[in-house]
Amino acid sequence: MKNVILGLLRNKKALTGLLILAIIVVAALAAPLLTGFDPARRVGLPHQPPSADHWLGTTRIGQDVFARLIYGARTSLAVGFGAGFIITAVGTIMGIAAGYKGGKIDEAISFLTNMVLVVPNLPLLLVLAAFIGQASPLVIAIILGGTSWAWGARVTRAETLSIKQKDFVKAAEMLGEPGWRIMAAEIFPNLVSIVGINFIGSVVFAVITEATLEFLGLGDPQTVSWGVMLYSAQNASALQVGAWWDILTPCFALVFLGTGLSLLNFAIDEVANPRLRTGNSLARWVGRTRAGEGRL
Amino acid sequence: MVFLLRRLCFYLAAFIAAATINFFLPRLLPGDPIQIMFSSAGSTLSPENLKALKLTFGFVDAPLWQQYLTYLGSIFTGDLGMSIKYFPLSVTSVLGRALVWTAGLMGTATLISFTLGTTLGIIAAWRRGSKFDVIFSVSAIVATSVPAMVTSLVALYFFGFTLGWFPTGYAANPALDPAFSFEYIGSVIYHAVLPIITLSLVLTGGFVVTMRNNMINLLGEDYITMGRAKGLSDRTVMFWYAARNALLPTVSGLAIAIGTILGGSLVTEVVFNYPGLGNTLYHAILARDYPVIQGQLLIMTLAMLTANFIVDVSYVLLDPRLRRA
Repeated sequence: MKNVILGLLRNKKALTGLLILAIIVVAALAAPLLTGFDPARRVGLPHQPPSADHWLGTTRIGQDVFARLIYGARTSLAVGFGAGFIITAVGTIMGIAAGYKGGKIDEAISFLTNMVLVVPNLPLLLVLAAFIGQASPLVIAIILGGTSWAWGARVTRAETLSIKQKDFVKAAEMLGEPGWRIMAAEIFPNLVSIVGINFIGSVVFAVITEATLEFLGLGDPQTVSWGVMLYSAQNASALQVGAWWDILTPCFALVFLGTGLSLLNFAIDEVANPRLRTGNSLARWVGRTRAGEGRL
Repeated sequence: MVFLLRRLCFYLAAFIAAATINFFLPRLLPGDPIQIMFSSAGSTLSPENLKALKLTFGFVDAPLWQQYLTYLGSIFTGDLGMSIKYFPLSVTSVLGRALVWTAGLMGTATLISFTLGTTLGIIAAWRRGSKFDVIFSVSAIVATSVPAMVTSLVALYFFGFTLGWFPTGYAANPALDPAFSFEYIGSVIYHAVLPIITLSLVLTGGFVVTMRNNMINLLGEDYITMGRAKGLSDRTVMFWYAARNALLPTVSGLAIAIGTILGGSLVTEVVFNYPGLGNTLYHAILARDYPVIQGQLLIMTLAMLTANFIVDVSYVLLDPRLRRA
């Protein structure tokens, strides 16, 4: 655990990712200080290009795009991290239980996992959201959490199977420790990097999917979020009338957040699995010799 | 053989699961399920048609399990009901037409991105730590986290509207009649170029990352050292020793990736107003055409299961260990 964190602080990609994430979090939290405009109200003329008053221009109904951008970050972050947490929690618990308990429990969970994996996710979400009607960000986060845990469960199960064979788990079993304690205190700490990768991956997935559902018109059009920004801009034919600021702003925001999170994910992967490292030539050399030692 | 039979049974179960979701979803929501599903049908459908539609979805005067069996019965006889928006067309014919366009788009984009992504992944892993590796693996990982609609919208804005190089909608010039003429086919290809490029961009990243990671994990194996010790050229070791084996998990990863591909093509079609499954689903959602929406889930699940099965078969062909089992 400590090694993972120390490794991350020394990794350039992780630091860049953290910096990007920090910028977005700070902008979202400090939104009222950064802009005086109400993101939901009409505050100017329609479709004004960026100017000193409206830094990123206005939408077709005269809302301030910059205000919508930073207030919208709140929604994206909340849904991303909320749904990401549910997805990871369900996936990890299912995966560890299946891998450690084995037998009937494993069969049942694996069957369910594989089932969820082959039913295409986005169409399923669209059907769910279509029946629910205008889904609020909270509802979207809950549906995402309930339908997207399968990949994490599968990976966690596979890793648990190999950890289960290790001596320290056998020792704990012989000491008579209860099953839940072995799973929580012996196995889980060894899964930290996998859980971390799963979590960040799920956050990226949740941010993208929430925006996609809203872009397709399944969200609540009153919410201030990046997906709804895209939806309204597309509805207002922003591209056709040349109001690029209206549609490219949320696009850029999504790419920015996605880049930050995926750099972080990549870095965790590198720290946890040293073979994958790119790094500078010295690190490469060290990596090669180490890989050689391990093999010979 | 046993392996493939087991997979087939599993896919059947998965398909029934998707149908079950379709069946219970309107019934679980508060309110009258018939009202929810067919409230928009009054204006287009005649009373007899509406009755037939209700029968298809199992709304009969009988206990729930009989309703369920009625619904499963209509699905397995290929009856997905009628479209409310495109009345009098049946859901199967609406989706059948759209499926052709999506299959063309998805098939080409998957082929391009798989070939390109895998090759880039192989080279990146082989020259681990080089500039090539850093540039391509980092941009690949970033590409996997960019939503398909962002790529599509940006491409549409720059190459469609600003530069005017490519058409901004439809699968072919609407003024032309569909025919096997040089002009029509040319127009179809011209309209497909931009959606295919954006879709390939969305998909390539994932293949680069998985292939690179598989390769790197294999490069430490003894048989790689052996190949080198034999004095084989780098190229031979890279492609015929390492890449051949690293491809195996990528192929099974492809099975899971198909879901993503479906999702990506859905959004891309909406942005480019391309008449495939995704765009049909989008318009069905706008019109609350539930028979089409539910039919979509089944058709897309079926497409995904078929693709998965093809991957299973190719896996058996590629991995001799599975043939004996």
